[in-house]
Amino acid sequence: MTAELLIFYFMAIMAVGGAVCVVLPPFGRNPLHAALALLVSFFFVAGIFVMLSAHLVAVLQILVYAGAVMVLFVFVVMLLNLKKDELKGARWTPWKVFGVGAGLVMFTKLALAVVVVTEGETPVNLAAEGFTGYGGIHDVGAALVTTYLLPFELTSILLLVAIIGAVLVARRQTGGAS
Amino acid sequence: MDLTFLLMTLLKIVLICFVFAMILGAILTWGERKLSAVVQDRIGPNRASILGVTALGLMHPIADMLKAFTKEDFVPAGANRFLFAMAPMLAMVPPLVVFAVVPFGPGPDFVIAPLDTGVLFIFAIGGMGIYGATLGGWSSNNSFALLGSLRAAAQMISYEVSMGLNLVGIFMIFGTVSLSNIVLGQGQLLWGWLPMWGIVVQPVAFILFMTASMAENKRAPFDLPEGESEILGYNLEYSSMRFALFFLSEFVEIVVIAAMAATLFFGGWQIPWVDPQGTAGGWITVGQVAAFVGKVVFLCWVQLIIRWTLPRFRYDQVMALGWKYLLPLSLLNIVATAVVLAML
Amino acid sequence: MTGVPLSHFLVLAVALFTIGAVGVVTRRNALVALMSLELMLNGVNVAFLAFARWRGDALANAAVFIVMAVAAAEVAVGLALVIALFRHNRSVDLDEATRMKG
Repeated sequence: MTAELLIFYFMAIMAVGGAVCVVLPPFGRNPLHAALALLVSFFFVAGIFVMLSAHLVAVLQILVYAGAVMVLFVFVVMLLNLKKDELKGARWTPWKVFGVGAGLVMFTKLALAVVVVTEGETPVNLAAEGFTGYGGIHDVGAALVTTYLLPFELTSILLLVAIIGAVLVARRQTGGAS
Repeated sequence: MDLTFLLMTLLKIVLICFVFAMILGAILTWGERKLSAVVQDRIGPNRASILGVTALGLMHPIADMLKAFTKEDFVPAGANRFLFAMAPMLAMVPPLVVFAVVPFGPGPDFVIAPLDTGVLFIFAIGGMGIYGATLGGWSSNNSFALLGSLRAAAQMISYEVSMGLNLVGIFMIFGTVSLSNIVLGQGQLLWGWLPMWGIVVQPVAFILFMTASMAENKRAPFDLPEGESEILGYNLEYSSMRFALFFLSEFVEIVVIAAMAATLFFGGWQIPWVDPQGTAGGWITVGQVAAFVGKVVFLCWVQLIIRWTLPRFRYDQVMALGWKYLLPLSLLNIVATAVVLAML
Repeated sequence: MTGVPLSHFLVLAVALFTIGAVGVVTRRNALVALMSLELMLNGVNVAFLAFARWRGDALANAAVFIVMAVAAAEVAVGLALVIALFRHNRSVDLDEATRMKG
């Protein structure tokens, strides 16, 4: 077992562990705890991205998810300041057991499928010609303003629409019909 | 990944994070009290002594540390113990980690990790500082502390936006986000004599950046999350070393802001007209590292002066300043830079 | 970084996606459901980048960037909806959000 594999297992277990803590009732009952577990998961997923040589995306993962999205979550959780009785907790109903069972089946099927399909695949050699700077800021930036220019610009419009929509939905109605 | 490399990196981490940043932060606590005394025509701390040596009051940081360690470590009733203990660490670690990408001198020997994504890394890690403040207030089980942490979260996330946008002009001019390359770029000369420092080519961005980053640091005039006179802030339930960690993290953040501003706007380790490529070695390199440290200390002093001479804002004024003035101005700055660059 | 086989990354991606999916289906707290959605997106990103690394395709990095931007927009609107929901119902339980009229 190489050091890389060990690091991968550590980060993968932490990422999945954080993810389980988000969903599993005893820990994830309090939304703030769930948010922090998700934060841990995001951090280790960023580490996985670094292992995949996607350096820019790894930094963006922390910048966008951990730095902005999760702060928003924590902010809203604190703003709503949910009391214990509003949190009622997760009741185990037959449907939820069924949901977890379905999830397990889905995981087994998909995992078996990817293991079989990707047998013997080898990655390209990033040291070779044409791959220097893979995943770096120049490479990804060039892709964004050439091939993906239209989606990139549409994303900015989407963000604008989201800002306006969020303000409109969340603001208190003053005057008028409320 | 050989052993010498690991040992060198460890040595650099110890030297930069603990010797440079933490000790400078501790000295700044003295500097802040001494400076406030000078501003208010007092003498300031001068009593603490070791065997009669007071050294202008420089023994006070040591006395403060001893006091913080020996005080009772109080946890309020109903507090979330785990998060209560985690919050000061979450506040302290990000400003120290940020130093990983700051170049202290020419070449890869004077930086812990010369990342290509340098400035983005600083923003990503620096953004984590919010969690220390917000979780500290939330886990204290105190309404005032919660109010303080809500203010901290809103203020920091608002100013992070304009803080990032201010630097886009710098990125456009030097064509990189790697701090080492930005410093190298600032070694060029404008019209053959003027060093192309960030403050020369982006003066507006420098002022906006300092404003936004001081607001990010939550110190007066932007100390609303702490709000000593109204809500006492997110760290109101903290005592002993945990409080001292929050306190020290603010001062280390001053050093971080000074180091970033020195790197991006004051040429980093560059001495004007001397060895812009940083290849000379010998005493010139020593001088360049000393120049960087000198710039950092100067910018720390600027921040302390601002803190002790400006009146505080009201909370709505802080928010209005961030969203209605800083953000449009930094966007305008980007547009102006783009126009100028396109014309050249 | 080639010491880890592709299947490992993909199994991790599938695990994150499945956990997120189970969370969306079983948890009734609107905030946790939104977080689970984020987990699903993260799983997809891991798979995206793993395939990209194995093929040396820089475009996938850009695609992941766009996925992140869309996720951020989704969270902003989603959290705004949660706040609006809480104002009307005094609860963020999705099962209790059954009235059509505000």
